[in-house]
Amino acid sequence: MLRLENKICVVTGAARGIGKAIAETFAQAGARVYSLDLPSAEFETQEGRLASGGEIIHVRADITASDSVRATFMRVKKECGKLDVLANNAAIISYEMLGMISKDKLRKMFEVDVFAMIEMMQYASRLMAKSGGGSIINMASIVGTNGAAGQLAYSAAKGAVVALTKSAAKELAPQNIRVNAVAPGMVATKRLVAEMSGRFEEKTGNIGLGRMALPEDIANVYLFLASDSASYVSGQIIGADGCMVL
Amino acid sequence: MGENLRKYNEVFMNIFGAAESELNESFTFESVHKWDSLAHMALISRLEDIFDVMFETEDVLHYGSYLNGIKILERYGVDMKA
Repeated sequence: MLRLENKICVVTGAARGIGKAIAETFAQAGARVYSLDLPSAEFETQEGRLASGGEIIHVRADITASDSVRATFMRVKKECGKLDVLANNAAIISYEMLGMISKDKLRKMFEVDVFAMIEMMQYASRLMAKSGGGSIINMASIVGTNGAAGQLAYSAAKGAVVALTKSAAKELAPQNIRVNAVAPGMVATKRLVAEMSGRFEEKTGNIGLGRMALPEDIANVYLFLASDSASYVSGQIIGADGCMVL
Repeated sequence: MGENLRKYNEVFMNIFGAAESELNESFTFESVHKWDSLAHMALISRLEDIFDVMFETEDVLHYGSYLNGIKILERYGVDMKA
């Protein structure tokens, strides 16, 4: 298994779902993980030290609030003196046809999915540069690269994630900071499974591997990109979609 | 001159190769040829380390002069007279 011993990681949107899987996978690999989610969030992720040597620390922070973001990185700096990995996972997802998109909802989605991601990268890269580099991993989506009917707003936000990931990779490469994104297809989070309630067959028909991803499938790609095994990988959008056709 | 101001000046002298006598109200992003974006981020990083602060992004953007920098640091609780 890939290891993240002595690595300090920040994971956003980590109370449940894919973020929870990323935080737990990193900690199982030996990392110290600061798991961020909203103050109102109920963390399903266990907090504390693991037998693997890793650790999960819950941090209640609003990533759309600059003060909250700054306080989080200040805490990491004071407690650890460095940051190795930022996993930008938090996002808002919604499904509307073009004619049903409200500007307010669009603004909120971009605030979380794009603007907050950029601010997290601004602070993280400053910390990473001080200690000789790091890895930033952003959550994109297959709809950000391929588009999807009924997901115009979400695909626009994720398309922005694809573009900002490539630009940041070029800008931060001289500081040995790698920037990549993961683009999942359909992921069987608890929320999605509940929403679909038995309609899996109609949705998995266009997935080559014949099943939706588990959160752990996505977390494993994050683990690779976070690890030193990916030391020459930057500016890439890694599809984790089970060969899905859109 | 206080110890913090001495340390502050040293950062500017090291990063921009400036003489201490040049560090005044005229020492700005616009007027100093060597003050490009890379030097700017190096300046921010060094000041954060020395004074144990983390600047807000807005302050990073507006840290455009030697004098303004002193005001910003004082807002973060750094006593520049100490």
